[in-house]
Amino acid sequence: MTLLDYARGPVIQAALVIMIAGIIWRLLGVLVLTRAADLSRPRDAFGNFKGYRTVFSRAWPSSEFLTATRYQTVMAYVFHLATLVVVIGIVPHIEFIQGLTGASWPGLPNGVGVACGIIALASLVALIMRRLTKPAVYCSTWGDYFAWFVVAMPLVTGLMAFAHLGPRYETLLALHILAAALFFAWFPFGKLMHAFWFVFSRAQSGIAYARKGVQI
Amino acid sequence: MSKEISLGGFLRSQGISRRAFLGFCSTLASAMTIPSGMIEVMAKTLEQTRRPAVIWLSFQECTGCTESLLRSHAPSIESLIFDFISLDYHHTLQAASGSAAERAREETMHRHAGEYLVLVDGSVPKIRHYSTIAGVSNLDMLVETAAGAAAILAVGTCSAYGGLPKANPNPTQALSIGEIIKDKPIVNIPGCPPIPLAITGVIAYYLTMGSLPPLDHLGRPLAFFGENIHDRCYRRPFYDRGLFAESFDDEGARKGWCLYKLGCKAPETYNACAHVKWNQGTSFPIQSGHGCIGCSEPDFWDRGGIYTSTPQGRFDSELSLTLAASLGVVVGAGAAVLARRKKHRVEQELADEASAPESQTST
Ligand code: SF4
Repeated sequence: MTLLDYARGPVIQAALVIMIAGIIWRLLGVLVLTRAADLSRPRDAFGNFKGYRTVFSRAWPSSEFLTATRYQTVMAYVFHLATLVVVIGIVPHIEFIQGLTGASWPGLPNGVGVACGIIALASLVALIMRRLTKPAVYCSTWGDYFAWFVVAMPLVTGLMAFAHLGPRYETLLALHILAAALFFAWFPFGKLMHAFWFVFSRAQSGIAYARKGVQI
Repeated sequence: MSKEISLGGFLRSQGISRRAFLGFCSTLASAMTIPSGMIEVMAKTLEQTRRPAVIWLSFQECTGCTESLLRSHAPSIESLIFDFISLDYHHTLQAASGSAAERAREETMHRHAGEYLVLVDGSVPKIRHYSTIAGVSNLDMLVETAAGAAAILAVGTCSAYGGLPKANPNPTQALSIGEIIKDKPIVNIPGCPPIPLAITGVIAYYLTMGSLPPLDHLGRPLAFFGENIHDRCYRRPFYDRGLFAESFDDEGARKGWCLYKLGCKAPETYNACAHVKWNQGTSFPIQSGHGCIGCSEPDFWDRGGIYTSTPQGRFDSELSLTLAASLGVVVGAGAAVLARRKKHRVEQELADEASAPESQTST
């Protein structure tokens, strides 16, 4: 069995199983936990509604924090949008998703995919540079760096595979799939779960604040 | 054919002009990255070559490799060179049969010990009785014939890597030549069938240079298997622009768009199909509208379906994802139940702690 067969066979299969089982495990494990009823009288009659609104309103920092956080907010947006385009826009990825789910849609030309991949990688580098140069702001743990690594690797190997840089194409493709497998397998257990948690954590804080009458 | 006749004399007797022969040599030289200054030397050496002793062994095969070389539209120089070298022993082509044929093989082995070339097509069953010739198992015949060979050319994917006979579940326990013979130089010339020029090219290189050509990590001559078909494909601009045929009879297929989504394996396949092509450079599978099936790669039969595209996973996704989801629900529910129990226990403990001082003061 070649490295590519190994990667797109048992490795990616195991990684997907770990990811899906892990996500459901963590979501269920946390969401089934109920909170004790808050017996205080809500200060805002529309507290719950305003709380849910926070999920969206927190998508951009409030004006007080804008200057301090503009750089990473913009970079994070650039990174997320460019990555999204790469993940769902280029044909090999659509083929992979189609093999998995049967769903398919038209893909982008390779040039657009490569441009977005480069933008995503550049913004990811910009983000880690800030983290490295401002340790006091971030108080980083190994989990932060590891999360960065598992996100950067699929981008690096994907771009290398496209550009045929270094080893032969099938080896690079195998490394790309292995990098994606690491991402999938690690997804439920580290910071990457923010893809799910951000909805609940924002809503939770929003509801709690709104109930207490905080302006949100 | 007289054993004394030279290749040049033989080709001329078949109506091949020196000009055509020089053309063949320059094609070969460019394919094999031999410097252009060497073409004249190569032509001269080849022309003067006396018939080399060659034994062609056919084991678990379909004869497609021989057919590919011989059944071209017009007799090509490749097929004539093949005729020239291959008549000592070849099941399909030799006139002799039975013990006379086996005697021819043994005679060549004795007379040219240490000098003859062995060409093999077909894989070798480890279970000896599954394939025998004149009562001798393929395995024993290979080991015996290879012992005195100067070099072995494994022609076709079956002899190079096991090919179709080795496909899962491999009922005959088929082996490639390289898995059996470890002490002789072996050149793998895979393909189902291989490109005729690759076979004659390696032979011509050997006859001219007196050595085997540079090989890749899978034992294939780099000159023919050094490049990815996808990188040389004339449909590549469509791939880059994101224009794909979705079925074999849609507009994209009619317009000659890329066959990637229809399972073209060229991005992971190394061969000379896209530039040398077949039938004297007429066409190759992708040009005729079908994706590459990756036939020059080891185990290509077992690397996913012919129409499964390169990036698609090779596993039962429905079953795996259902299993994963069920596992997640079970583990998640278990974690939730445990967490709730713990929460209640802590709440109870806190309540007990809170009530304990009161009861103490009341007594
Ligand atoms: S048809 Fe095959 S080899 Fe040609 S560009 Fe498309 S994927 Fe590559």
